[in-house]
Amino acid sequence: MSSTPKIRLRGLTKRFGAKTVLDGVDLDVAAGEGMVVLGGSGSGKSVTIKCILGLITPDAGSIEIDGRDVLAMPRREREALNDRIGMLFQNGALFDSLPVWENVCFKLLAQKRITRAKARDKAAEVLAQVGLAASVGDLSPSELSGGMQKRVGLARAIAAEPEIIFFDEPTTGLDPIMGAVIDGLIVDCVKRLGATAVSITHDMASARRIGDTAAMIHKGRIVWTGPAATLGHSGNAMVDQFANGSREGPITMELRK
Amino acid sequence: MTLILNVLAAIGRGVLGACRVLGAVVLFALEGVSHILRPPFYPRLIGRAFVEIAYFSLPVVALTAVFTGMVLALQSYSGFSRFGAESAIANVVVLSITRELGPVLAGLMVAGRIGAAFAAEIGTMRVTDQIDALTTLSTNPMKYLVAPRLLAGTIAMPLLVVIADILGVMGGWLIGTAQLGFTSASYLTSTLNFLQPMDVISGLVKAAVFGFVITLMGCYSGYTSRGGAQGVGAATTTAVVSSSILILALDYVLTAAFFGS
Ligand SMILES: Nc1ncnc2c1ncn2[C@@H]1O[C@H](COP(=O)(O)OP(=O)(O)OP(=O)(O)O)[C@@H](O)[C@H]1O
Ligand SMILES: [Mg+2]
Repeated sequence: MSSTPKIRLRGLTKRFGAKTVLDGVDLDVAAGEGMVVLGGSGSGKSVTIKCILGLITPDAGSIEIDGRDVLAMPRREREALNDRIGMLFQNGALFDSLPVWENVCFKLLAQKRITRAKARDKAAEVLAQVGLAASVGDLSPSELSGGMQKRVGLARAIAAEPEIIFFDEPTTGLDPIMGAVIDGLIVDCVKRLGATAVSITHDMASARRIGDTAAMIHKGRIVWTGPAATLGHSGNAMVDQFANGSREGPITMELRK
Repeated sequence: MTLILNVLAAIGRGVLGACRVLGAVVLFALEGVSHILRPPFYPRLIGRAFVEIAYFSLPVVALTAVFTGMVLALQSYSGFSRFGAESAIANVVVLSITRELGPVLAGLMVAGRIGAAFAAEIGTMRVTDQIDALTTLSTNPMKYLVAPRLLAGTIAMPLLVVIADILGVMGGWLIGTAQLGFTSASYLTSTLNFLQPMDVISGLVKAAVFGFVITLMGCYSGYTSRGGAQGVGAATTTAVVSSSILILALDYVLTAAFFGS
């Protein structure tokens, strides 16, 4: 790769107590690329993303965005960087004290890019993109179904049109059709905004749709990266076992302590 | 010998742990205050916290104050009549209320309501990643969640205590005139005659400090809570217990500072 990658992780390590969750993660994500990250439950996918966002401080390793080391950045710059990043949390993490429309436009309002008067219309527009009616904007997040919460979370992540977007299991809990719609939306965002997207998913159909590149994380390390289209016949026994969901293979589900 | 060493080690560990927590709370408080002073400000959130603390605590604080005033009048009557000092009842009531019982009882009531509510709300936000979400949405969680509450608590408590002071005196007056044979005028005159501005001011300063401590412990316990519903429950308990104890301890410190010499 000639140009600097948008995101570059080297030797990222994180321990919680005695448990090593990340054990030297190396990963490059090129600008404008759709990267999908695969891996078993508890393999550290969410922790990796939270490290990149600065929500968890890694014990060792480096994180570069646009070639700049974010761990060494002064706080103000780091905050400015976060202004350009969007995140969909695995559990939605919607603010339950605010109505949906305020959730969706939260970042635009925080950055004063929009007035409160205009925020409702903007929210309706973004909600429409994720297949929700404008009337949903006036509900509180606790009044929504799980799948609707996910879509509101997605709307919130993309409303401010970020350069880098992280999707932590964007289609988990959605019906297959809505899953495909959301996948389409993610692809579209990446194309339209020219954004770099990193998605975590367990859904292989979805991974092939939204990913240009895929990476597999196992036991705290990236064990494989390659074109997402080859998932299932990549030639790597671990990846293929995971992609095809077979019980037999190099990955054994040892009991996690 | 080893037994003694073990006991000492256990005590040492406890003391060190307490120091660590104290240090963390102080740093948290300093960061919170620094965010009160620097923009962006969130007037809407300050207002919401203020209403929750001042307005919704009003009924409990008012009831507490009225009954406390009534009890004080009765108690001091039954005590003072033994040596013919009934005339001092009004003074005893107003001094006890303004200096001590107004701020302390209002503080304990608000600690139960607000400390618990803030710890539960912020704790739930912590365990459901909402605090992390704030960071990713260009908003500093300390500034958004903690600073407005600290400010609102510090302003709201003195106002509540002014009301508690008035209602407490009214409770005493009620018993004094209805039961103990004071005329309304004589009761109120002796209430106001001996009252110094310092009596009221010291009570209001206490109230402001208690308001800060209650919201601080509520926010801190919630903010640092871990591990699901159980963690939030523990945070709620910690908030109420720690702020109640701090109120009583700081009450001593402040009383000594105001009237000690
Ligand atoms: N704040 C934390 N404190 C302690 N341990 C944690 C913390 N966050 C994550 N872990 C641990 O780190 C490991 C990886 O967690 P992570 O959330 O990254 O998994 P994941 O790969 O996203 O799994 P899933 O697909 O189920 O979401 C888990 O074993 C989890 O228990
Ligand atoms: Mg996860």
